[in-house]
Amino acid sequence: MSTQSEIGVPHFALVGTPNSGKTALFNALTGSRQKVANYPGVTVERKAGVLQTPSGRRVHLIDLPGTYSLRGRSPDEEITRDVVLGRLVSETAPDLLLCVADATNLRVALRLVIELKQVGRRLMLVLNMIDIARRRGIDINLDRLSAELGVPVVTSTAVRRGGTEELLRRMDEMAAGRLEPPGENTWKPPTTGELRAAQREADRVIAAAVGMPARPDTVSGRVDAVLLHPVAGLVMLLGVLFVMFQAVFAWARPVMDVVSSGFDWLGATVHDTLPDGLLQSFIQNGVISGVGNVIVFLPQILILFFFILMLEDLGYMGRAAFLMDRIMGGAGLHGRAFIPLLSSFACAIPGIMATRVIDNRRDRLTTILVAPLMTCSARIPVYTLIISAFVPATHLWGWVSLQGLVMFGLYGAGITSALAVSFVAKHFFLYENHTPPFMLELPAYKLPSVRSVAIGLYTRAKMFLQRAGTTIFSMMVLIWFLASFPRPPEGADGPAINYSLAAMIGDALQPVLAPVGFNWQISVALIPGMAAREVAVAALGTVYAIEGGKEAAEQIGQALASKWSLATALAMLAWYIFAPQCASTLAMIRRETGSWRWMAITFSYMLALAYVAAFLVYNVAVALGAG
Amino acid sequence: MTDTLASTAPSMPLGQASRGFCGRINAIHVGEDVHGSAAREIESRLLELGFVEGAEIKILHEGPIGRDPIAVRINGTTIALRRREAMAILVTSSSRTP
Repeated sequence: MSTQSEIGVPHFALVGTPNSGKTALFNALTGSRQKVANYPGVTVERKAGVLQTPSGRRVHLIDLPGTYSLRGRSPDEEITRDVVLGRLVSETAPDLLLCVADATNLRVALRLVIELKQVGRRLMLVLNMIDIARRRGIDINLDRLSAELGVPVVTSTAVRRGGTEELLRRMDEMAAGRLEPPGENTWKPPTTGELRAAQREADRVIAAAVGMPARPDTVSGRVDAVLLHPVAGLVMLLGVLFVMFQAVFAWARPVMDVVSSGFDWLGATVHDTLPDGLLQSFIQNGVISGVGNVIVFLPQILILFFFILMLEDLGYMGRAAFLMDRIMGGAGLHGRAFIPLLSSFACAIPGIMATRVIDNRRDRLTTILVAPLMTCSARIPVYTLIISAFVPATHLWGWVSLQGLVMFGLYGAGITSALAVSFVAKHFFLYENHTPPFMLELPAYKLPSVRSVAIGLYTRAKMFLQRAGTTIFSMMVLIWFLASFPRPPEGADGPAINYSLAAMIGDALQPVLAPVGFNWQISVALIPGMAAREVAVAALGTVYAIEGGKEAAEQIGQALASKWSLATALAMLAWYIFAPQCASTLAMIRRETGSWRWMAITFSYMLALAYVAAFLVYNVAVALGAG
Repeated sequence: MTDTLASTAPSMPLGQASRGFCGRINAIHVGEDVHGSAAREIESRLLELGFVEGAEIKILHEGPIGRDPIAVRINGTTIALRRREAMAILVTSSSRTP
């Protein structure tokens, strides 16, 4: 792995229009040997990997953000332009550009090829999804196409086993050949006249080399007749979201039970093996119960990401944006904001990063401002814990889980408040009279590749576990320390935790949080919860476990059910709909907006909403007799 | 061959057409209410998505509220866009019965 061995390794780059199957191709070529990071200074995701050609040659491959041209209208597209032109200092200029095209949709891709020819780099056209094109009767004369374009052409099927063999063979040839750029860079931003000329040229090449089928793709058309129907389409969209949240709550249960009893067993074993004392308390209460309380949510997070990845790969996300454009537009959001906001259900961080597809700054700011209000997966632990402790596990009409319904309601509250906040922001603070355009390709529906979804899930699981292993673990150690020191004086009665630093901090915050019904244990848990929302659950676990002393074998949920009033539980749920408790999200907002101001605004407005909401819920509940 | 069509049917903005409309693009012309660079930007984007003069176009779907946005089929691809931007696409109907 020394840098020495990297010398002489050729750098190839994947370029292509959105929906060309570029990322699926990248996954197929590099497998799990990929590194996902950011380009320095900007938050555009950089995906790179190393692959081995059939002859054993190593090739460095980078997946550039999808674009229709090199004009660079958004930070993503600027990265693509700068890498392609070799302007990005941190990035080795690519030796070969692999322009990936959807073989069923060549018009737009060939215009991009014509533009890419001007940059003077070695170039190869990859006709991806060739199997679908052939099945649909599209007849492409590869030799003719290559001759007309003056660019080598190869076919591939990213989602099929063996579908990249021919591509790898050609890459091998290219890597073995001369790699220096064959020409000068003559690219400059095209005028509208040049765009027209390039499209005419692309159409001429297609007429010469491609035989179009007698009947076009009708499957997507028939599916869309339902999924884009003004009424049925919206009902289906709601249905998809509903199933998604039922699945997150109900299907994950058995696996979570296994994980959780595994950690209980581990804790009990440690308790029995180690002598009573600080070390035993640290490992059992600090490490095992703390980290275990977070890892138990991995199944739910994976189910959520599974749905998002599937919907993305199926091609449904663009349809959702189409259906939601006017509805979101009424709230001052761009139709394209739907995808970032939907991703924010998993985590606001990728969601905020995904706002890069919105090129208007005001639209993007509004979306960033409300993205943390979408119910992210880190809230799931908090919601699940409180719901399962306080909402009875009954079913309505025999099949709708009441707990799932409450969960759905909490998600609904998040969405409603996001729309309300963006409405206020857009109409009162970020007003502008020119609305930016909404133009989006709706790709043909495709069956997602199992491998590509699996790689996506693997990457997410790894990120979550790393977080649990580092941030959350260190927070747990801190909480355990705060809850265990100083030790109670000799002969003191009551639980030891009452004499600790944690109790002192909790008592200090108590006057501020008492009006919303929070006890000092919650006040303590909210502080480390700043690092990440789910940490609050682990912190509560640690606080109650230490408070309960050696007999605290009971589950955290039962502890809450016996120690909190219903009003407190409801106030806690209301708090968590809004609470700005995620340092990483705030840091991301700071980075994406390039200003501390927007971070401060987000933090303050969310904190204010959280306090007001919890206050109202608590006092209404108490007035109704739930105190 | 397009001349006969163009001479018999008047040109209209795509943004005013209904679902089922079939026709051909006559011109891309961003209206006077959008100025300078914004107008050029919209024109460039439409061109990049394949909206060029002569292309055949059909409105497949309309959005749930105010029949906006629209999804159009253009040479084998489907593009969603708002009626507002579709006003810049001048089309000639190729069939009288939508």
